[in-house]
Amino acid sequence: MELELSVSLFYLLLLGFAILMYVLLDGFDLGMGILYPWFNSDAEHDHLMRSVAHVWDGNETWLVFGGVILFGAFPAAYAAIASTFYLPIVLMLIGLIFRGVAFEYRFKSDTSKKYWNSAFAIGSSLAAFCQGLMLGTLVQGVPTDFIDQSSFSWLSPFSLFCGLAVMAGYALLACCYLVMKSRGELQHKAARYGQRLVLIVMLSMLLVSLWTVWIEPEIRVRWFGGWHALWLIPLPLLSVLAARLLFRDLGRVNRSHKAETAVQERHEERPFWLASGLFLLAFVGLLVSVFPYLLPRQLTYLEAAAPDSSLMFMLPGIFIFLPLICAYTLWGYKIFAGKIEDYQEGY
Amino acid sequence: MELDVSILSRLQFAFTVSFHIIFPSITIGLATLIAIWEGLWLKTGNPQYLQLAKFWIKPFAITFGMGVVSGIVLSYEFGTNFSKFSEMAGAVIGPLMAYEVLTAFFLEAGFLGVMLFGWQRVSARMHFFATVTVAVGTWISAFWIIAANSWMQTPQGHQFVDGKFEVVSWMEVIFNPSMPYRFFHMLLAAFITATFVVMATHAWYLRKGQHIDFGRKGLSMTLWIALVLTPLQAWVGDLHGLNVKEHQPVKLAAMEGIWAPTEANVPLLLFALPDMKAEKNHYEVAVPGLASLILTHSWDGELQGLKSVPAADRPNVPMVFFSFRVMVGIGMLMIGVALLGAYLRWRGTLYQSNWFLWPVSFMAPTGIIAVLAGWYVVEIGRQPWIIYGLVRTSEVVSPLPAERVLFSLTLFVLTYSLLFAVYLYFMRKLIKKGPAPVDHLQQQRIGVKASGYALSFTKTLATDAETSNSPATDPKGAN
Repeated sequence: MELELSVSLFYLLLLGFAILMYVLLDGFDLGMGILYPWFNSDAEHDHLMRSVAHVWDGNETWLVFGGVILFGAFPAAYAAIASTFYLPIVLMLIGLIFRGVAFEYRFKSDTSKKYWNSAFAIGSSLAAFCQGLMLGTLVQGVPTDFIDQSSFSWLSPFSLFCGLAVMAGYALLACCYLVMKSRGELQHKAARYGQRLVLIVMLSMLLVSLWTVWIEPEIRVRWFGGWHALWLIPLPLLSVLAARLLFRDLGRVNRSHKAETAVQERHEERPFWLASGLFLLAFVGLLVSVFPYLLPRQLTYLEAAAPDSSLMFMLPGIFIFLPLICAYTLWGYKIFAGKIEDYQEGY
Repeated sequence: MELDVSILSRLQFAFTVSFHIIFPSITIGLATLIAIWEGLWLKTGNPQYLQLAKFWIKPFAITFGMGVVSGIVLSYEFGTNFSKFSEMAGAVIGPLMAYEVLTAFFLEAGFLGVMLFGWQRVSARMHFFATVTVAVGTWISAFWIIAANSWMQTPQGHQFVDGKFEVVSWMEVIFNPSMPYRFFHMLLAAFITATFVVMATHAWYLRKGQHIDFGRKGLSMTLWIALVLTPLQAWVGDLHGLNVKEHQPVKLAAMEGIWAPTEANVPLLLFALPDMKAEKNHYEVAVPGLASLILTHSWDGELQGLKSVPAADRPNVPMVFFSFRVMVGIGMLMIGVALLGAYLRWRGTLYQSNWFLWPVSFMAPTGIIAVLAGWYVVEIGRQPWIIYGLVRTSEVVSPLPAERVLFSLTLFVLTYSLLFAVYLYFMRKLIKKGPAPVDHLQQQRIGVKASGYALSFTKTLATDAETSNSPATDPKGAN
């Protein structure tokens, strides 16, 4: 029993890791699509696409990984979540299809470029929005009597707001990535938009946090019952601190451009890590709210866990391959380190 | 009309999985071919091999992209449309797919970036390593997904506890009776599919009198490959057939159109119209005793027929029967092309024989059609079971409102039809454009950090001057 408990917990953490990796990595490349309408020239659009063309596929693989870990380690939760969120998942997939193929076809098109621009922008935004929508519904919880697959429980003001909030978050990640990977006017623009997005994201986080403790008594108790608030207070405090630093760094990049002085390297690179930190803190906050549920107030990770034979079978694969995956993914990023060059590079 | 959610979900899965398999069938083989060409180029220094690799990497990239996006759909569709199946068999299927992601998907995606965009950033050897890794990744991926699918065809190594499957022996689950045959059959099918896509394209160049050297090199290589692989595939296919007879006799009966509960001296039906109501065939064209000979290696060997099980346990016979004939027919045609090509080569008239090149240039989709037909035999043939003999497909569908599934099915049909047209359009465009000249390729190989890079970049710009939207014309972006 002891063993079972800790192995299931390990898989819950692994699932969390997969989701976090996905959100951070695909976050910045979905964010490119969300930012797309705010950049207008073909050259800018080229740059946006080029900056993520070599990594989007790997980033999206974390979504598949999250899906199959859920499937393999918590089959009951995979079945319940996937069928409950039928429409948002289908729409997310359709969005991911259009934005994914846009990478291939946009660079090879002459006359149809404008359609691929829209496919990329709308597809990315739709996928991000649906992810936020599902996240919001999970936090809020689906009807407790039974898993009603004909209901529209995922459609509420709160979940819609979460959809928009996730879009803003991804756009912020994309801005920070651009500040790191580009130069000149484009970097300036990204820093400016980034500053605004920091404010929007922080406001959304505040609103979502207050909203959840307002509508969900269980979450309220989790955060404010007993002495909980005392040891949980670092989460919001650190978030505010990270946001403050992020805003300041982006402001420095912004000012350097206005004064036409060189941007310092650390101010270019730090924003991305600060934004990632912000996401991490928000994610931990989310875990505090929903633990130990996979489908809140219905299905805990222990109830949904696969039999030991399945959990143990996956362990060696995870311990051998996950470090390898992280290593060669990092290697891939290293090879393309530095600024994105607008050269005719590629296959 | 009352909408049936079970039928709709099955239709949707069939449609999305059929669409998906088109692309991996091409990329598994094409990645392998590109790796071979790149290796030959490194070994011999002959720039023609580089030209082949660099030309085919473009169709490879768009095909791979299509495979990725249509594949993500499938990894969620088990749960969205077959939630009861996922809950029941998740402990068996889920870990196999987790291994697929861990050992294959990440590998492919991780090295694909370098393979496509890293020509100027890593050494030629490192690039070759990346290409080989992508190719091997596609094989590993095929291994796991075939293992999972084969367990559903010939399940073993499990026990049934509280309405759910639990694994007793993973070795037995993975290496289930049909798995090895099906793995090699599929891998060969993918190699052959890509071979014929390449062969047809190069035959087309020769027939048009364009890129002659390039056309000859590709045609010659692919004809050699076809000469080895197509007969090999026939042999593996035959072994696989014997395996089906052993473990899924009803499927085999549908493939061969055998109705009597047991029949000796079974004829091989070249054509027939199976009638499920009358439980017999119409308009049979048959070779007496041949089916018995092939499947039991004796003229009067006995085979189990469809009527050995109740009508409710039989698959849709005509669909299985005709799909099987389409697959075998295309296979025979491919063997014929390979042999004829070898004969013409021996005669020394291969590249001049327009009567041969002309039909070959239309054979690009044949491999894909055969793969689809083969999968229809496998998947329709095992119905009504989703886990053969244990769980019926109709019992494990998600209890969704039918309208919702109809909506998503419509959305997928529209999206995929559009994308397929776009895919064909861009494939045609890339092929019509033809390969880059050899000297241009040499120039492209200069590394990003090398001093010659800026010069070669300027030259490229000059070539692209007509495309006014070139990104580097933005002065601030280039400083």
